[in-house]
Amino acid sequence: MTTEAQLEAQFADTIEAKDRIEPRDWMPEAYRKTLIRQVAQHAHSEIIGMQPEGNWITRAPSLRRKAILLAKVQDEAGHGLYLYSAAETLGASRNELTEKLIAGKQKYSSIFNYPTLSYTDVGTIGWLVDGAAICNQVPLCRTSFGPYGRAMIRVCKEESFHQRQGYELLMTMMRGTDEQREMVQESVNRFWWPALMMFGPPDDDSPNTAQSMEWGIKTHTNDELRQKFVDMSIPQAEALGVTFPDENLKWNEERGHYDFSTPDWDEFWSVVKGNGPCNDQRIAHRKRAWDEGAWVREAALAFAEQSAEAAAPAQTGSAPGQTGSSPATTTEETAK
Amino acid sequence: MTNEPNAPKVHVEHDEAGTTVDHDSHESAYSGLLVNDAHWAFGTDFEDPLAGVDTTVPEGVDPAALAAYCLMLGDDALVFSQRISEWCSNAPDLEEDIALANISLDLLGQARLLLARAAAADPSLVPELPASSPVPDEDRLAYFRDDMAFRNVRLAEVPNGDFAEAVAKILIYSTWRLAIFERLTDSRDSVLAAIAAKGVKEMSYHRDFSARWVLTLARGTEESRARLLTALSGLWPLWAELFETHPTEAVVAAAGIGVDPAAVEDEAGVILDQVFAAAGIDRPDRGALAGVRGKKGRDGLHTEALSRMLAEMQVVARAHPEGQW
Repeated sequence: MTTEAQLEAQFADTIEAKDRIEPRDWMPEAYRKTLIRQVAQHAHSEIIGMQPEGNWITRAPSLRRKAILLAKVQDEAGHGLYLYSAAETLGASRNELTEKLIAGKQKYSSIFNYPTLSYTDVGTIGWLVDGAAICNQVPLCRTSFGPYGRAMIRVCKEESFHQRQGYELLMTMMRGTDEQREMVQESVNRFWWPALMMFGPPDDDSPNTAQSMEWGIKTHTNDELRQKFVDMSIPQAEALGVTFPDENLKWNEERGHYDFSTPDWDEFWSVVKGNGPCNDQRIAHRKRAWDEGAWVREAALAFAEQSAEAAAPAQTGSAPGQTGSSPATTTEETAK
Repeated sequence: MTNEPNAPKVHVEHDEAGTTVDHDSHESAYSGLLVNDAHWAFGTDFEDPLAGVDTTVPEGVDPAALAAYCLMLGDDALVFSQRISEWCSNAPDLEEDIALANISLDLLGQARLLLARAAAADPSLVPELPASSPVPDEDRLAYFRDDMAFRNVRLAEVPNGDFAEAVAKILIYSTWRLAIFERLTDSRDSVLAAIAAKGVKEMSYHRDFSARWVLTLARGTEESRARLLTALSGLWPLWAELFETHPTEAVVAAAGIGVDPAAVEDEAGVILDQVFAAAGIDRPDRGALAGVRGKKGRDGLHTEALSRMLAEMQVVARAHPEGQW
């Protein structure tokens, strides 16, 4: 008989050795809960993240750009799928997580609560927002939970592709008219600070970081990642020919890093708490799509059941697009 | 391509157990962003969609007729793609969102090739812009024509309804267009034949996807069946227009480069009836939607919905006629 203490010791050894925890392995309940929360937030971010850029699909100014943008937003739906699947291995179904999202019980990345006010934002989001997301996500490729880490490897590959596409759009626009160059700078001015906030609150105000790092769910602190992002972005901006809206941005020889101003954390918390420019709009959009699709999902289930009955006892029926996710052992998720 | 020094580097190597992940290769998210390689981003590695293709118009064909015909097919694909793209982030579930985006992307790709073919065959069709404008021909056709210059059938432009309307419309469109493309693969215009050959594979998937959903909705629940019947009834008046022969289509069919849509009506009808039979539904009993003094989509006479749709689609491009994208 294996005791709880032995299981915990094995779990700790696996983490210590930087090996992966797999779905059938024993894991502490708090680890499972934390992971569900993080993976669900991540999945929700992909799905909500379809909206700001999706806002410009019907107005993309060339056929080539329309194709690139539509394919990108489609990729985000695909990322959502991988991540909801990873969450399912922890016992949380896609339906259940979606219901929590639209009930406001689970969060998504606050960056998507900012509006896209110009087509240029498609490029800026690719460059800065996807860039920041990659900085956050690359370390997650070796996060301790196997399905999450493997999903992130695929996500990161595609995200870096998107980032390059976004940067390429901005580069192209900078070669265009004066008006286009102004559009790029205007867009960068709007997204720079929200992008820096994507790394989360400062380390001394991030209560979950220590435990998450101990469990190998998180591998770098928020401030470390933010600094890295600033350092990497400056040569990019110079190559592009734009500036960032921060007069304190300068190289610090002693630290070997760029100094920069403190983000407006009041705005950050205000957006996180639901007062961002688009919080209500994003959730209402997702809720509308989900509610309006309910009869379709019901029809697919009913059709699959009929087909299964017709083919009884063999279970062969399957409707197109049927999700088939059954709420197995449901881990109640209350943390925010 | 992967052997080129500047080829995109994929910074991920791992086995399924995740044990041999090369940690360091994940570290720099930005590596390669400034590398000057033209090949990395999908869709950005070429400017001319017909690059390297011989666009000489075959003998015995009026280039203007060939171009007008390509414009018809291209506008169908472009306008329908635009409508389907409106589903993005609005579908009943993620799988359908992805599938609808695929269909929209396929049609967009067809449109781009067909409009480029139209422009190459008859450059006089292409709207004029300031001499310094870098806007390519296919984009000029897509973004700088008004609704009355569009030659698409009205089925492609009608506003979206619910998901039943979406799959019913895709089934009707793809059944019709696939029958045309299968014949068009024998076109004497090798460009059009190649575009059709590519399109056949794509449209087969669209037809399969939509037919399976029509079956599912017809046999799913009472509500899904009722919604499907409503959708089909609303779309049916647009069916007949698909098979009417426009004078341009008659000319290109006679020249062996195009297909007379009337020639595929029986075949398309039989296929649709097979789907309906499997679904246990009948063809709606609705008359054909009239034109205005006989003029319809192919003549540039559209529903009220098209100019509104184009106003949205064209707004950024028209604000920057000399812009680079």
